[in-house]
Amino acid sequence: MFQEIIIPIIYLLSAVFFILGLKQLSHPRTAPKGNTTAAVGMLMAIVGTVLKTEIISYELIIVGLIVGGAVGALFAKRVEMTSMPQLVALFNGFGGLSSLLVATAEVYKGSLPATFTLSTISLSILIGSITFSGSLVAFAKLQGLMRGKPLVFKGTQIFNGLLILAVIVMTVLSILNPDQLFDYILWIIIFSLVVGYYFVVPIGGADMPVVIALLNSFSGVAATATGFIIQNDALIISGALVGASGIILTNIMCKGMNRTIWNVLFVGIKVSTSSATSGEGVQKTAKSYEPEDTVVIFENAKQVIIVPGYGMAVAQAQHMCHELEKILEEKSVTVKYAIHPVAGRMPGHMNVLLAEANVSYDKLYDLDQINPEFEQTDVALVIGANDVVNPAARHDKSSPIYGMPILDVDKSQTVFVLKRSMNPGYAGIDNELFYNDNTIMIFGDAKDTVSRLIAVLK
Amino acid sequence: MNAQLLVEVYVFVLAIFVGFEVITKVPPTLHTPLMSGSNAISGITVVGALLATGSGYGELSTYLGLAAIIFAMINVVGGFMVTQRMLKMFKK
Repeated sequence: MFQEIIIPIIYLLSAVFFILGLKQLSHPRTAPKGNTTAAVGMLMAIVGTVLKTEIISYELIIVGLIVGGAVGALFAKRVEMTSMPQLVALFNGFGGLSSLLVATAEVYKGSLPATFTLSTISLSILIGSITFSGSLVAFAKLQGLMRGKPLVFKGTQIFNGLLILAVIVMTVLSILNPDQLFDYILWIIIFSLVVGYYFVVPIGGADMPVVIALLNSFSGVAATATGFIIQNDALIISGALVGASGIILTNIMCKGMNRTIWNVLFVGIKVSTSSATSGEGVQKTAKSYEPEDTVVIFENAKQVIIVPGYGMAVAQAQHMCHELEKILEEKSVTVKYAIHPVAGRMPGHMNVLLAEANVSYDKLYDLDQINPEFEQTDVALVIGANDVVNPAARHDKSSPIYGMPILDVDKSQTVFVLKRSMNPGYAGIDNELFYNDNTIMIFGDAKDTVSRLIAVLK
Repeated sequence: MNAQLLVEVYVFVLAIFVGFEVITKVPPTLHTPLMSGSNAISGITVVGALLATGSGYGELSTYLGLAAIIFAMINVVGGFMVTQRMLKMFKK
């Protein structure tokens, strides 16, 4: 009775709690409660499992729960908000690894797995491994341990395709020759890990949000596959929820760049050298000011829109932005923030950093909400954003980013661009915004520049 | 295809639809907490890990399971805690 009815009901309840928790994430006000709801759901699933009669020894279980929980808590407490993309990547990887380990443990259980189970095990190992090694590569790139530029060698995709094919062949062979099952499983694991590595290695910098979202989805799919192996509905449902979430985010990120997932993963952005050289010989010059020269413009402004990008995260300038916002508001200037969907290195990256700096979430606007406002805006302050404000995306068909939805900062009266130097952004594309008549460059470290701005405005 | 598997496929397909419905309503400003929170939920593999560790399947399964518990729990505890930390920062 307990085993057949109560425990499945506990699993069902835990799935319901996950769904309710995610539902409460629909508003910043209810979101903390939602997270707690989901955590309670997880606690129920763990308690329900430990109460199962299959479980006969508890020592190692207790050790595992305590060690894992303590390490996780330590990570969560120590991490800086600016390192959040790395942490999310790392946690994703651990999710994949744990699916991979559970699937492998199933092989060594004693009894020979049935054909269907074996295929599911192989699938779970494949997805779990790709999630694991892929996430580690993403982590290394975000942490700066690996160069962020795309490293594509010819035939990476064919190589990966062949490896996946090899995994399928190994799976069939392991079904046909069960005595060599363990050897085949080992090869399946190795091949799958290599696939994950080469899957993420060629993808660089600004495409990171897509990869992180996709790996997030994979960690869910891996959990679902594991759920099919051990025939557990809690895993199947939760995995499906996470899988769906990751896919939705991936889709939003791709739309934000006007590229297909295929293009991001397998083609990469092509930088055409022709557009850089064909300038009809006209020497383009950009105006540049010192922060102190801008006071009059700020003081006469009615509305200022701050446009943060990855450069703000790098310079850790979010707290200074909030200071600037407060000072401008004291001078009765309206301040808003315009957040591009792919600004930063993961979905929602800028929002978290600004929230950390106590910027009200009311002041953060999406692309669609804010774009009509630039025309009535006196100053657009671009802090460390580049490709997402390049007007070439609207009209220059030869530009690699043509068609990408951008923030129309060039339509405001004056555009200040805070940048380290004239070097082009990640995609290596020259930004025509910098040469517009209403654009003024302010060179230097973003944090330093904003604090100088604050000093003179005071 | 046996009956239980069929039911599992039903559950899976319906869960995907529920996931899409619920998650499309999450505003962009909460996309990072959504990722770290859903990440914690994917730590549900801890259920499989607990069963592999505690069911007396033999040494290798037990230790693979133990490692799986540890990594899944890092994901679960770390994921929920860091999400809570972030969500508390979102103020009006």
